[in-house]
Amino acid sequence: MENTNEMQLIFDSRSSNESFARVTVAAFMTSLNPTVEEVSDVKTAVSEAVTNAIIHGYENEVHNIYIRCRTEGKTLYLEIEDKGKGIPDVKKAMEPLFTTKPELDRSGMGFSFMEAFMDHLEVESEPGQGTTVKMEKTIGKGRKLWTTQSL
Amino acid sequence: MKYEVQENCLTIFLPTELDHHNAESIRREADHLIEKNHIRYVIFDFEDTVFCDSSGIGVIMGRYKRIYMLGGEVCAVHTNERMKKILTMSGATKIMKIYEEDK
Repeated sequence: MENTNEMQLIFDSRSSNESFARVTVAAFMTSLNPTVEEVSDVKTAVSEAVTNAIIHGYENEVHNIYIRCRTEGKTLYLEIEDKGKGIPDVKKAMEPLFTTKPELDRSGMGFSFMEAFMDHLEVESEPGQGTTVKMEKTIGKGRKLWTTQSL
Repeated sequence: MKYEVQENCLTIFLPTELDHHNAESIRREADHLIEKNHIRYVIFDFEDTVFCDSSGIGVIMGRYKRIYMLGGEVCAVHTNERMKKILTMSGATKIMKIYEEDK
């Protein structure tokens, strides 16, 4: 189909790869002509999901994290998957300030940030099987067209 | 971690990107310094920082809790628009003042 583009990324769940992951997704989305703000939003959301996979999904063991990206028209679709331990109660996990690791100074705001910065967030998880975070963001939503004013 | 200790005040010069990867070492070093130097005031300097996620917020909140128990205060300086947005959204501004200029 025209106007669509796809990419997939598989990398080790090391914390040093967090910045690699968000920068790669940011580079992929440049064809949608995003604002600096929109790029920052997506980078933050990717960082949150990848950090969750590393700390909670794999509990700091090194396994694969999968990112699937697709653009369709002006919309960016993101899927971030781990095959880690999964979330027993997704609804509870998504509550603001809820964290299972307060001793690590986790703020419990990961999902809240993803929700705030993206247009759509969906979390699928099965204990023992892993977690997939699906997000969407339409670029240029609510942005006014540049109008040239005569002097 | 880049930092400066003046009497009981610790200034932490945060890195360009404040995420889970570098939050860990900042947390460890800051707590060590707070204890060793009897720190009561922590200033987070965002001068070089262009990226911060909830892990960064976790570090700030964690230091706040510690300093608050000791009867001190934390604040932020040199925050750009993005950092202000993140700090406001997370509620960090409720416990910490943002100063535009160095005190």
